[in-house]
Amino acid sequence: MLDLAKYQSIGAALKDALGQFSGEVCLIEADREREKERLTYREFQDRADPLAQALQEAGFNANDRAAIIMTNQSKWLISAYAIFHCGGVLVPLDYKLTPEEQWQLLKHSGASVLVTEYPIWRQLTASPSRASATNLKTILVTEAPPRADLSGTRRWEEFSSTGEPTFIPRQRKDVATIVYSSGTGGRPKGCMMTHENYLEQCVALTSIYAFAPGERYLSILPTNHAIDFMVGFFGPFICGAAVVHLRTLRPEYVREAFPKYKITYVSLVPLVLKNLQKGLQARFDALPSGKQKLFNALVAVNKALTKSQPRLALSRRLLKQVHQAFGGELRAIIVGGAFTEPQTLQFFYDLGIPVANGYGLTQAGTAITVNDLKPFRADTVGKPLPGMDVRILNPAADGVGEVSVRSKTVMSGYLNESELTAETIVNGWLMTGDLGRFDSTGHLQLFGRKKNMIVTEEGKNIYPEDVEAAFESLPVKEFCIFAANYIWPQRTMVGEQLLLVLHLEQGQTLTDELRRDISARNNRLLNYKRVHGLVLFTADFPRTASLKIKRNILAGRLAQQDRAAAILPL
Amino acid sequence: MRTIDQTTQEVLTLASTHFEVPADSLAPDDDFFKKLGINSLQALDLLSRLENHFGIGLPDYEVQGVSDFRTLASRIQSRL
Repeated sequence: MLDLAKYQSIGAALKDALGQFSGEVCLIEADREREKERLTYREFQDRADPLAQALQEAGFNANDRAAIIMTNQSKWLISAYAIFHCGGVLVPLDYKLTPEEQWQLLKHSGASVLVTEYPIWRQLTASPSRASATNLKTILVTEAPPRADLSGTRRWEEFSSTGEPTFIPRQRKDVATIVYSSGTGGRPKGCMMTHENYLEQCVALTSIYAFAPGERYLSILPTNHAIDFMVGFFGPFICGAAVVHLRTLRPEYVREAFPKYKITYVSLVPLVLKNLQKGLQARFDALPSGKQKLFNALVAVNKALTKSQPRLALSRRLLKQVHQAFGGELRAIIVGGAFTEPQTLQFFYDLGIPVANGYGLTQAGTAITVNDLKPFRADTVGKPLPGMDVRILNPAADGVGEVSVRSKTVMSGYLNESELTAETIVNGWLMTGDLGRFDSTGHLQLFGRKKNMIVTEEGKNIYPEDVEAAFESLPVKEFCIFAANYIWPQRTMVGEQLLLVLHLEQGQTLTDELRRDISARNNRLLNYKRVHGLVLFTADFPRTASLKIKRNILAGRLAQQDRAAAILPL
Repeated sequence: MRTIDQTTQEVLTLASTHFEVPADSLAPDDDFFKKLGINSLQALDLLSRLENHFGIGLPDYEVQGVSDFRTLASRIQSRL
């Protein structure tokens, strides 16, 4: 791998990686059974340079911002490379957001370039919010049908120019990306990540889980997500490894990809990992009793022999069929985006498939702690990565307090939100809002959140304030949304839910009509943003002089009710 | 050629059979995530079954942001 200590920017490191590994395969793209494309690093450069040149000719300069809204595919990475080559700032946006949310973030980011896929562009143009994003000068649309109406945009495939693009150097402290950790509907939280954040995080992660030429990473998590950007793009590229993209994420094609492409690493969110566990367990349960006994005995042997550390070669021999289903070369499943239940982690480890779980947040540059598997500790989120200074603030008698982090990987701040930045990064320490403690061996254990938000099993961060817009003008005296565990702390990171707290008008009751109105509004939200229950509150919400709800005080008053009795089904 | 009503009805029938939910408890405007109690992965699985049933290809992006049976049926209808 490249020695990242020598580099000032993502762009400079990627440029050298393309030269150093020119003959190695860097990208494989498959659409269902069909392999669509296979590119070497040299071929990648042949695609990216003309795009970078065309961007420069179109007036895209150093520090200009370019957004990408795409599903995982080769053109995502080629476009990102070209943007960094031009010294630009990348704004990776979630393709799963609604068009209105995407327009809001496009406007907020100040992006002058947008790269997107035709189906997404079709939805974006149908949205009335389009008029608001006047900052966009160049819109590139990929894979548009020949007769598609592309007025005001350019075809990505035709947007190229000859000649060698000028490489624009950036410094470590310059902003490399603006990553939205959440914030649609409310205050967009655009994390400004520097080149240093990525370079340092990559060094730390590859010190534990390194890639090598010939290895293949299956990219399933959206590349706009901090984890996939690091382990599905920057990390493998600077090591000369290959990234495999699937154009459909149907479980049957994902399963096929493991043996077909001999996958070495994959990142999954807990929801997908649990689904995989369920499928495997069903297959084990269906074995005839004799085979089942033998299988269980082999698992027990494997478990005993891998107690202190993974022994991949041995596990692959002992549990051959299981490992063959994963292609036989899988070294670890990286799981992130949300908290994973220990029993799921243990299930895979007992089969000889290490799950590299950890803990992190976008603001900290992806991962803060990672399980180094020496030994495997399913009950923790691992130890701090090299370079991470982690401490527990104001610990209670049992040692549990707020996790805070100081590191070169911590973001420089939130875009256009100096007040919020000052609340989040205090004297150089990032306040995570998560509650945890270290055990005697230096492993971090998590015990819920201090902040009013939830993280779904799909790895989505949801801030209640961002969901409230959907209930605007609801015919009640006042309302607000809370994370249930913020009101009633449960000391757990799983099963988190949002609640709609209602203060009805005097004499008003919770009628069926009001319930229907709430349900209809709730159903218009993306499924992972929906509220799960209602709570009635009979007094005025405490508010500041500027009429903002004092959420912590209100939560304290709500907590006086019994949780089970207070939450009404929606 | 099926009408949109027929397509919608077939979507409802297939969903009720596959996820073992009483057919009469499902309506076209229902949110299928909620009514079937499924997550995004199971929704992708439903898509594969609908493709097989109708003999069409239904790219993942076609159902991006779709959560009710009626819209799902209309996306299928446009590809029949």
